[in-house]
Amino acid sequence: MSAGWTAKTTAMFSSPARRRWLDLFGPFIGLVAVIAVFVMLSESPGQFLSPANLRIVFAQTVIVAIGAIGMTVIIISAGIDLSVGAIIALSSVITALALQHGWSAISAILAGVFVGGIVGLVNGLAITQLGVVPFIATLGTLGIARGLAKYFANQQTVNPPATWINELAVSFPEKPWMLVAPGVWIAAALAVITGIVLKRTVFGRHVFAIGSNETAAKACGIRVDRLKVWIYSLGGLFFGLAGVMQMSRLRQGDPTVAVGVELDVIAAVVIGGGSLNGGEGSVLGAMIGALIMAFLRNGCVQMGWANYVQEIMIGAIIVLAVALDRYRSKALA
Amino acid sequence: MPLLELQGVKKNFGATAALAGVDLEIAPGEVHALIGENGAGKSTLLNILSGAFPPDSGELRLDGQIYFPRGPADARVQGIVHIHQELSLCPHLSVAENISLGLEPNHFGMIDRDAVLRRAHDLLEDFGCTHINVDAMAGSLSMPDQQVVEICRALASRSRIILMDEPTSSLTRHSVEQLFRLIGRLREQGIAIIYISHFLEEVREVTDRFTVLRDGKSVATGKLTDVTDDQLIAHMVGREGEGADLFGERRSSNVPKELVLQVRGLTSPPKVRSASFDLYRGEILGVGGLVGSGRTELIRALFGLAPSSGEVSLRAEILKRRSTPANRIRSGVGYLSEDRKHEGLYLQLPVADNLTATGMQGISHAGWIDLPKQNAVSEQIISMLNIRSARPAAPVARLSGGNQQKVAFGRLLYQGPDILLLDEPTRGIDIRSKADIYREVRRLADAGRAILMVSSYLPELLGICDRVAVMARGVLSPARNVSEWTPQSIMQTAISESPSMEAR
Repeated sequence: MSAGWTAKTTAMFSSPARRRWLDLFGPFIGLVAVIAVFVMLSESPGQFLSPANLRIVFAQTVIVAIGAIGMTVIIISAGIDLSVGAIIALSSVITALALQHGWSAISAILAGVFVGGIVGLVNGLAITQLGVVPFIATLGTLGIARGLAKYFANQQTVNPPATWINELAVSFPEKPWMLVAPGVWIAAALAVITGIVLKRTVFGRHVFAIGSNETAAKACGIRVDRLKVWIYSLGGLFFGLAGVMQMSRLRQGDPTVAVGVELDVIAAVVIGGGSLNGGEGSVLGAMIGALIMAFLRNGCVQMGWANYVQEIMIGAIIVLAVALDRYRSKALA
Repeated sequence: MPLLELQGVKKNFGATAALAGVDLEIAPGEVHALIGENGAGKSTLLNILSGAFPPDSGELRLDGQIYFPRGPADARVQGIVHIHQELSLCPHLSVAENISLGLEPNHFGMIDRDAVLRRAHDLLEDFGCTHINVDAMAGSLSMPDQQVVEICRALASRSRIILMDEPTSSLTRHSVEQLFRLIGRLREQGIAIIYISHFLEEVREVTDRFTVLRDGKSVATGKLTDVTDDQLIAHMVGREGEGADLFGERRSSNVPKELVLQVRGLTSPPKVRSASFDLYRGEILGVGGLVGSGRTELIRALFGLAPSSGEVSLRAEILKRRSTPANRIRSGVGYLSEDRKHEGLYLQLPVADNLTATGMQGISHAGWIDLPKQNAVSEQIISMLNIRSARPAAPVARLSGGNQQKVAFGRLLYQGPDILLLDEPTRGIDIRSKADIYREVRRLADAGRAILMVSSYLPELLGICDRVAVMARGVLSPARNVSEWTPQSIMQTAISESPSMEAR
């Protein structure tokens, strides 16, 4: 390959690359703005940005963040998954039950993650083999997984013996050198890996392809059905892991926990630039989206504002973020 | 041995025969033109070859072996690629990613980005299109550039036969020349091309042999140098007249000649470049031309469904109001869409709701629908149009295609507009339904309504219209009396390169 060619392609890279930066810039500005507003409103700004408070915010984000990684992949493929909260509850119950039955911590975690993957697989099969649209298929598994969680837990919370799993999502890790909870590091690592997979692997580009134009993807020989089964199964695995984190935070398996978490997860992806029409979205954006909501909640608590204020603000921010995004993409086009 | 050989290929969709016996033979390195009117079966044939659906009967052989693709992916593997009329790129992926889609060079799933970029760059350079940024989003490119990308994608998969369905329809003259040069190079490499185009000059410039399809049959084949344009057109249109009585009698209208719609220099980018005409009370003005020539867009612009510029005056009053369909309906304009399934009807809703959808004022009091009245109105239209097996409460989806079309048309009877814009009013329906609709259209004209009717069906244009104008590449010809037209002259005008073409 000649040097001239390389120089030319590098030059050609610049404008689309710049545009991709702009895409992330929006959510990032939003995050900075949310933090800035609370720092200004707060009587003791130092407290809002104190390491202790940041640890709390990060630890609170873990569950939504891990869920949002899986949801990003699903939404880019022009799908949706409403069963997130139910999978989290089921996985937290299964993990706790496994510990109760004397399984090692690591096997209990794998059991929780695996159960999530199974529900995801069922979603994928219902969508591709039964031809049920994702919204309905996952609405169905939402009920099924929630019901199974209650059945396995005998309609009460499951209290497992203490293990190191309880340390995964604590706000203040035992070992100070970790800075934040191990779960935060796990979420960050998974986000980076998934981001790379989406950008650099055949699987990742095919996810974008079917979300962007499914007919074209089929015509290019992509096995769309098989790919979708993988996508929903992968999503399920992430939701299962989020369930393990849920178990860790509560230190018990609770079949009634995480009702409606799917909406937070979807909101994180959408605030981060994901489009429900498919073809658009990024893991990094979704992580910023999750943080925006976490800082907002935390800030409201710090200010002593009532719960309903948070709800109104988060609702407004979702609509604003998406409206801004549409406006921006129109301006760029 | 021919590279591709077809014998007696047939395909039915429901009761209609899309292909009724096609023979075709193509040698390696041959560029073969597939010619025929809209609806002659060209696209169906390409879809069968590219594995979109199987034929009902007939034999396909590739390299002498039976060829039976299980799907588009399988056809692609066997070396046959279809470049669609509507572009099929993934708008959110980059140019390079689109070109390699489905065939990504990779190491254990990790895409070899350099190889993807290099392949895209090399192919684009071959095409002389280095101005296309391989890293740009495909959706951000102009239409011609998107088509170039799609052709490059076909080349990336090492195709042996490339099916091109009107590949130049969205290309500039400059890109067309590049495409032809590229086709020349493909031919040298032994790649065969099946080329669909309506433009005979273009066909002569680039292809060697031709096959004419008419009504789903291959009716003529041979070398292009052996036939004249007139002979080709005769093969394309040469059907025996369908009973003239189908269209009813064209009476010398006793309606006083009154201008109701005057259009001057209407444009509606990108499809409509220039249209001017007058429409009088009591007449049916036909608009002929090819699918995609801008006829549908002209009607949509007139009805306020697409932005346009130019001067439109309705009953000698220049229309200044922002044009929306609601305004047009209020000024007495009615519209029948060519696409009854998506734009014309609410398929799940009852016949009565569909018939009265343009305005419920006539059948309601203070917002409450007067159901007995709606029923009575609907029954009346149902019997006027002979809509069979339809009760007002039955969902439209249960009716046959012809009866669905009558419901869509019946809505205009309820609305009672002064000016009717009809887009392919009889497309894809049976002959008896056609006759019912022709009779009603004629009756409306005789009652003093003005009718503008787009049609691809030549006997219909010549049989029912009083005057006809022809659209070619976005430019509408002057309207002439129907007696001055023949099927040949309509076809000739439709496929002519309009003079402003060079200016593009």
